[in-house]
Amino acid sequence: MIELVSAAQCIACDKCIEVCPTNVFDRGEDGLPVVSRQSDCQTCFQCEANCPADALFVAPHTHPLPAESYAHDEEHLRRTGLLGSYRREIGWGHGRTPGAARAVGPALSPAGPPLIS
Amino acid sequence: MTLTTDVLVVGGGPAATWAALKAAEQGASVVLADKGYCGTSGATASVGTGVWYVPPDEKAREAAMSSREALGGHLADRRWMARVLDETYERVNELAEAGRYPFPTGPDGTPLRNGLQGPEYMRRQRIRVKRAGVTVLDHSPVTELLTDADGAVAGAAGYRRQAGQPFEVRAGAVVLATGGCAFLSKAFGCNVNTGDGALLAAETGAELSGMEFSNAYGIAPEHTSVTKTAFYNYATFYRADGEVLEGAGSQRGRSVIARTLLSGKVFCKLDLADDAAQRAMRLAQPNFFLTFDRLGINPFTDPFAITLLAEGTVRGTGGIRIVDDGCATTVPGLYAAGDAATRELICGGFTGGGSHNAAWAISSGSWAGRSAARFARALGRGARQVSAAGGAGLRPTRGAKDVDVVEIIRTVQAEVLPYDKNYLRHGDVLRSALRQLDGAWRSVRSDLRAEGASTVTARQAVAMVAHARWMYTSALLRVESRGMAKRLDHPGLDPAQHHRITSGGLDQVWARPEGAAA
Repeated sequence: MIELVSAAQCIACDKCIEVCPTNVFDRGEDGLPVVSRQSDCQTCFQCEANCPADALFVAPHTHPLPAESYAHDEEHLRRTGLLGSYRREIGWGHGRTPGAARAVGPALSPAGPPLIS
Repeated sequence: MTLTTDVLVVGGGPAATWAALKAAEQGASVVLADKGYCGTSGATASVGTGVWYVPPDEKAREAAMSSREALGGHLADRRWMARVLDETYERVNELAEAGRYPFPTGPDGTPLRNGLQGPEYMRRQRIRVKRAGVTVLDHSPVTELLTDADGAVAGAAGYRRQAGQPFEVRAGAVVLATGGCAFLSKAFGCNVNTGDGALLAAETGAELSGMEFSNAYGIAPEHTSVTKTAFYNYATFYRADGEVLEGAGSQRGRSVIARTLLSGKVFCKLDLADDAAQRAMRLAQPNFFLTFDRLGINPFTDPFAITLLAEGTVRGTGGIRIVDDGCATTVPGLYAAGDAATRELICGGFTGGGSHNAAWAISSGSWAGRSAARFARALGRGARQVSAAGGAGLRPTRGAKDVDVVEIIRTVQAEVLPYDKNYLRHGDVLRSALRQLDGAWRSVRSDLRAEGASTVTARQAVAMVAHARWMYTSALLRVESRGMAKRLDHPGLDPAQHHRITSGGLDQVWARPEGAAA
């Protein structure tokens, strides 16, 4: 679920509010997105993929994590490279090669083509 | 807000975007209304998918068609398979050329077009739809259809949840591309898929088909969402005590996993992948590794607990019944595409998850968009008297007491998510589940009245109750095991039941062999 909105990194572009398919965000009074409906989050990572500032972190758990969790430790997420890692992997962002162009996976059967998704 | 258009497309995933593109190419004005955001909504955008993309080589096409006929219980149709292969080949090439999707190149220099990264695919489809002049309404769930005096579909009404206002679209024809139903199981990208299209269609009298093929379950690490299953082909499954779970597997043997999960944990390691495969897997499916990287698990060496999440008719094959090559339904002016429609025509009763459903979404979306545009053009632009078709949740027959929508959803989930009810099916269990579901229906039909923003969740709950009842009514009529519709109490295939099952109805749910008299 969405667990972190970094106030330090957010550029208040409203993109996450716009793209979330289950509408979990609202715009806060200071312009930053607020997670108003976390229980509606479907853990699809789309907000992270679409955040141009790498300001969001979605934990893989489909239930909320406690306050002391790693998912709320911004410094830890930055240090370990987890913040912004999905965007990096799919090659979204300035100067990156789209991951789709590099997506040559293994073939699941000897005669089959490589998986590319 | 009220709009008037030739074609209204309901949904925002692959089938919806292809329908919108092809309707616009025919010169139709098009409105696309999505519950979420066109570009991120739906299973494909998050998950990504293989595509049933087979070059027009006779041998390759023959192999592609014959490979899964038996698995599907011989309910697929060769003519439909051939035309889906043709259409998909053309459209995927169009996506590469006009859409500039960055397909990779194989080690020998050949271009590879047999799969799509979800976020990249749907971001490009959104751009294409906008360029084609389609009016896109995001965060605009449709809550009911509008019909004219003759019963033809003439538009839809809904609620714009970010704008906080109702909306209405008057249309010459409507394409339903709302996806299947995964009952809010939190399977990857599936929580927008609550079966809304099937409800909207049935309220105008449309029929469904193959609703017994609705018990797909995807493997995910425990307490997480990513139900991408291809790489579990490299897995060994273990019991809690470390012993290998015999007979368990991703393709065959998922029921062994389900059975074991009823009484304990199942663990897994992708220990059959060598170094080269491991490196390649990361390139092919970066989203598969999100879970592991964030939890600090090395899936190739560390055993991790798994679960099975219901994917209902998203990876199942049941949906709105199609009656012609343009993906018309039995109701004039109403078309169905993608997972909202039955995929039995190309999958029979075996899961269409992955490449077949992707090919179906592309093909059926394109056909439905073109035919809807033609229907609208033939109709002309004269104003029609319309009436709203929505029933349960909007216009209760009695409205005497409050209905707790959260409780209704909980009731449906209790009957469709458990493995020992929906996956490992038995007639006695299905009948008892159906009694609970019928009770839930009576409650929403007689008393649930939602207004404003709350219509969205109320109608989702109603759609799920209806979906579950068509599923189990059809499953009870199939007194045998065929495709994914297996029955513990009837484990064999019965040649006398080699037919599709049509279903429908709301207050009175019915199911009968396709073509049989009502």
